[in-house]
Amino acid sequence: MVPLSWYLVLSAVLFALGVAGFLFKRNIITIFMSIELMLNAVNLSFVAFSYHWKQIGGHLFVFFVIVVAAAEAAVGLAIILCVFRNRQTLNVDDLETMKL
Amino acid sequence: MNVFLFLTFAGIAVACAVNLLVQRHPISSAISLIGVMGSLAVLYLLLGAEFIAAIQVIVYAGAIMVLFVFVIMLLNAGEEERTRRSKLARVLGFPLFAALLSQIVWVVYRPFASGPGVEFGGFVGSTEALGRALFRDYVVPFEVTSVLILVAIVGAVVLARKEIE
Repeated sequence: MVPLSWYLVLSAVLFALGVAGFLFKRNIITIFMSIELMLNAVNLSFVAFSYHWKQIGGHLFVFFVIVVAAAEAAVGLAIILCVFRNRQTLNVDDLETMKL
Repeated sequence: MNVFLFLTFAGIAVACAVNLLVQRHPISSAISLIGVMGSLAVLYLLLGAEFIAAIQVIVYAGAIMVLFVFVIMLLNAGEEERTRRSKLARVLGFPLFAALLSQIVWVVYRPFASGPGVEFGGFVGSTEALGRALFRDYVVPFEVTSVLILVAIVGAVVLARKEIE
């Protein structure tokens, strides 16, 4: 018997690690992966609450989050390709102006 | 058994997430993220979300991460260099991280510390029930996501195409 709060704490830890990765990392691809980590942490919360209230709705939201994450990954990685083609760098500290 | 499985895979997930932050090479970070996703899939199974666990492995750990690894290989991304431009980040980074974490845990832990726990098989969100809800109650959001995916495909193609003179 695992208390529900353990799942929520795990989700909080993963989310905080995702935020930390988003802020600390310098590589634009790793920053993007930190966003995926945050989305995963929130999905775990959704599924845990879905179990708690015996409702299927949480699973559906996870489904939609995964769909949006897939769309986001496709567009985001295309943007990264574009940025790399124009600047020849992936380091976000070197990408400080919006001008090409 | 439930507690053992939870602790094992929660430990793997947290260890892989920490490894994602510590590793300098993007490929190592991507492999750790796949570890996080795989162990989360086991936790979804423990929570009775069998369909979600399946698409977590197939779509997330499979398709999306392959896309990431593909782009890392394509751009030949090497180790990230340390820049050390921000002094403030080094001083405030860890305390603010701890503050954020403790705040979320504080909000989330107390209301659910007692009450019925999670037992394997206590609630099963079957694929049938999921499909029923998806195509009956949530049919409009479902159709909207198809438009979203179409827009994403067009956007990705337009952004990633080579300029033709």
